[in-house]
Amino acid sequence: MDQIVEFLIAAFLVVSGIFGLVGSFGLIKLKDTMQRLHAPTKATTVGVGGVLIGSMLYFGLIKGSLSFHELLITLFLFLTAPITANFIAKTYMAQRVREDTLPETGSDYGWALYNDPPEPAEDAALRHQSSRKP
Amino acid sequence: MTRLIPHPLLSVTLTLVWLGLVNKVTLGNLILGAVLGVAIPMLTAPYWPNRPTLRRPFKAVEYVLIVLWDILVANVKVAWIIVTKPNDQIRSHWLTVPLELTSPEAITMLGGTITMTPGTVTALIAADGSSLLVHCLHTDDPEAEVAGIKSRYERRLLEIFP
Repeated sequence: MDQIVEFLIAAFLVVSGIFGLVGSFGLIKLKDTMQRLHAPTKATTVGVGGVLIGSMLYFGLIKGSLSFHELLITLFLFLTAPITANFIAKTYMAQRVREDTLPETGSDYGWALYNDPPEPAEDAALRHQSSRKP
Repeated sequence: MTRLIPHPLLSVTLTLVWLGLVNKVTLGNLILGAVLGVAIPMLTAPYWPNRPTLRRPFKAVEYVLIVLWDILVANVKVAWIIVTKPNDQIRSHWLTVPLELTSPEAITMLGGTITMTPGTVTALIAADGSSLLVHCLHTDDPEAEVAGIKSRYERRLLEIFP
C-alpha cells in the first residue's frame, strides 16, 4: 500500500517538475514580454499544484497527520497570481505599448491605463438623461 | 445583526483560514478563529461599501471545478505550444472581451479566471468598465476565443453574482 502511495506522490512531483521546467523554458524562448507573461502563470498552477497535492498525500497517507497548509497556499496563490500578472502587464504597457496598437474598447471610453474613467457627476447626468428620454 | 456580522461569508472564510493556518482543529482555536472572523469584517466594513452576495452557492462550486479542469487542460495546451511551435509561428492576439457583468467583484473574478487559465492574460479594463483587454498567446480564431470566454465563464458568473 505504501509503495502505491509513494509512486503516486512521485508521479505528482515529476509532473509538476516538468511543467515548472516548460514554464521556465518559455520564459527564455518567447520573444516579447506579453508572451513571456504566459509562462509563469503555468508554473504557478499545475507546477505548484502538483507539488501541493503530493505534499498533502504524503502527510495524509504516510505521516498520518492531515495538513491544511497546502490548501491555504493554493488559495493565496489563486488570489495573488492574477493580480501580479496584471500589474506586470500594466507596467509594461505603460512604458512600451502605444494605445493605437491596441484594439478598440467598443465604448466611448478608452482603456483605463491611458484614459480617465467617466466623472461620477457626468455619469449621473447621463443616467438622468436616459431615464428622462422615454 | 448586520452591524455585528456585516459579512457572514467573510467571517466563515476567515475562521476556516485561521484553522488552516494553525493546522490543528481544537475548541480554543475555533473560538479564536471565530473572534477574528467577527472582528476583522467589523473593522474593515468601511472598505466594503457594497457587500457582494452569492446568489447561488452551488453554482459557485460548479464554477470552481470547471475552472480547475480548464486550468489543467489549458496548461497542457500551452506547454505544447511553447515546446513544439517555433517562435515565428506563434500568433499572439489582443482580444477585446465586452462585459455584461457590472459588479466590480464579478469583473475581478472573471479577470482572475482569464489570467489563471494559461494562454490568456487579462491586461486592462476599459475606463468605464465595459470591456476587458486580454492578451492571447496563440490563437487562429480570436473571435471564437472571445465567445468561449463569454459563454464558459461570464455566463456562469452572471448567474452567481446578482
